[in-house]
Amino acid sequence: MAWVNAIIQGVLIGGLYALFACGLSLMFGVMKVVNLAHGDLAVVAGYIAIGIITIIHIPVLWSFLIVVPLMALLGYVLQRTILQGALDRSVLTTLMVTFGLSVVIENGLLQFFTANSRAIGTGLALVSGSFTVGSQIQIGYLPLVIFVVAVVVLLGLQYFLSASKFGRLIRAVADDKEAAQLSGADYRHVFGIAAAIAFGTVALAGIAYGMYSQLDPTAGTDTILLFAFAAVVIGGLGSLWGTLLGGVVLGVAQQIGAQISLSDEVLAGFIVFLAVLVLRPQGLISRGAQS
Amino acid sequence: MSLATESTARSAENVRVTRSSRNVAWTGAVALIVVVVLAMFPYIVHSGVTAILVQAFILLTLASMWNLLAGYAGLVSVGQQAFVGLGAYAVLILAIHGASPFAALPFAAIACGVAALPLWWLVSRLRTGYFAIATWVLAATVMLIIEKFSSIGGGTGMPLPGFTGMDPTLLTAYTYWAGLAVTVVALAAIYLLLRGRLGLVLTAVRDDEVAARSSGARVGLARMLVFLVAGAGCGAAGAVLAISQLQVQPSAVFSVQWTAEMAFATIIGGLGTIEGPIVGTAVFMVLQQTLASYNAWYLIILGLVAIVVALFARRGLWGLVDARINVRLFPVGYWLRAEEDRPRRLLTRPRRGLHARPGGGR
Repeated sequence: MAWVNAIIQGVLIGGLYALFACGLSLMFGVMKVVNLAHGDLAVVAGYIAIGIITIIHIPVLWSFLIVVPLMALLGYVLQRTILQGALDRSVLTTLMVTFGLSVVIENGLLQFFTANSRAIGTGLALVSGSFTVGSQIQIGYLPLVIFVVAVVVLLGLQYFLSASKFGRLIRAVADDKEAAQLSGADYRHVFGIAAAIAFGTVALAGIAYGMYSQLDPTAGTDTILLFAFAAVVIGGLGSLWGTLLGGVVLGVAQQIGAQISLSDEVLAGFIVFLAVLVLRPQGLISRGAQS
Repeated sequence: MSLATESTARSAENVRVTRSSRNVAWTGAVALIVVVVLAMFPYIVHSGVTAILVQAFILLTLASMWNLLAGYAGLVSVGQQAFVGLGAYAVLILAIHGASPFAALPFAAIACGVAALPLWWLVSRLRTGYFAIATWVLAATVMLIIEKFSSIGGGTGMPLPGFTGMDPTLLTAYTYWAGLAVTVVALAAIYLLLRGRLGLVLTAVRDDEVAARSSGARVGLARMLVFLVAGAGCGAAGAVLAISQLQVQPSAVFSVQWTAEMAFATIIGGLGTIEGPIVGTAVFMVLQQTLASYNAWYLIILGLVAIVVALFARRGLWGLVDARINVRLFPVGYWLRAEEDRPRRLLTRPRRGLHARPGGGR
């Protein structure tokens, strides 16, 4: 029964990992930008939420309404300035610039907010509450809500990209930005919007993680970026369904690892990631070879 | 010598192709003098100065290796801390078994070069950004595995044995010489590698990968060789780090901060030239020493400078110098020059940013 429980918990936490991975996957899919500052930006979003909650005393759920648009705006601005500037030069420049951003953000947080970890206190019964299935399986409301949110976000994004007019525009620009430009689409603006959407999901991921666990300056790279990347690779590049599956596989692997020995949780996830990299480099759900 | 070089040389009789312009003839001698003077430092200067210089040697070795990876082979690795850590642990393990840490140093470097082979196999399928994060995951994985062995300190690390009864002054001097030796060997190895076939292949790949592949250049092999050399070099630096700290702590030696430092020093100094990391390390050390009392600020400032340099001065500080006076202390390309005339242009262009553009160079 403990194993069944581990798998169920793994699936639920996998939703959070898929949420981590969503923005990374989108940015790569559309702009071919691998944003190494991805996780640190999620932590920034979490810290902003903590700041807003403590200063103006609003309920946690309202903080989403402020932080998500704020991060989306930041995403648009960053894309139109620094990231586009780096893209115009070369792919390697975007890597160096986003790695620089990552280090600057992480050390900035360390400098201003110390290395202490802090949680987003919700004050709601939601966080600590849980219900029991059968005799031993306890499902927390919060992980369940996060999982549902992740599925809704990924589904919504998939639908947006495949069915809506602007989604088609994004895909057109992702396929061939010069051709799209010739057809009258300003690809820089479209990139900006795509970055805004990605940063919105990053904000969601950061706040969700802050509620689920605790945020500290190094969580951005040690946890969020690396887990997000593992989820993307396990699932298969360029497929949002794959990302969800990858997150779930990573979560289950970690929970099973934790069952074996508590200290093996993270290692088990990475070993599954490496195994997929070796045995099935195109990922579990493949959309053809990429990069 | 490339085909293009030969045919050009034949078509114009009054043109000759050389490795270097005139001002480089004496740089070998100057380099030798600099090394000899540096080697005498433990007799001349205070031990505080040599301690800082050991840090500089470690950083210069790391930065030169990162430059080889990113600047010449186009491999942006964010996981080089894996090799820093492995080098430190190799020294620790050998010292536990009774070897002198100084004697263990070369073996640690070789062990890291060997360890780089399976790691390369794992990440070699990935390119650019995915390669970068995959190396990062790999470094995290290596640390988690090392932490599982309690006999080498587990998650907390342990002091480096093998120094008991050693005169502290002598220890400081030996550490300094070890650092200097590692740096000199690393720079010489990179210089010779880039002058040889490997450098030619890498230059060809940089200019046009498809053309290089179809001309029979073994691109994958060249990249692998670079990864192995960089692994050994970073391992050697990690070994010096362990010796200078007298202890090995997993979270310290496997910190991504090492990669941040080597990348920033390289980017600021100038990517794709051997001189770049030297300039970058000097700038880095000065800033670090100046801002030492402000904790993490030096990394924040260096990170911002690196971002600005990567965007607006892609050949770094050395690139700015080079653009003015056209000097190359470690020539790895070829010069084409008319007889009795100043050098006209470079056949194998110096790296202008990451994608060479004729007449480019910001």
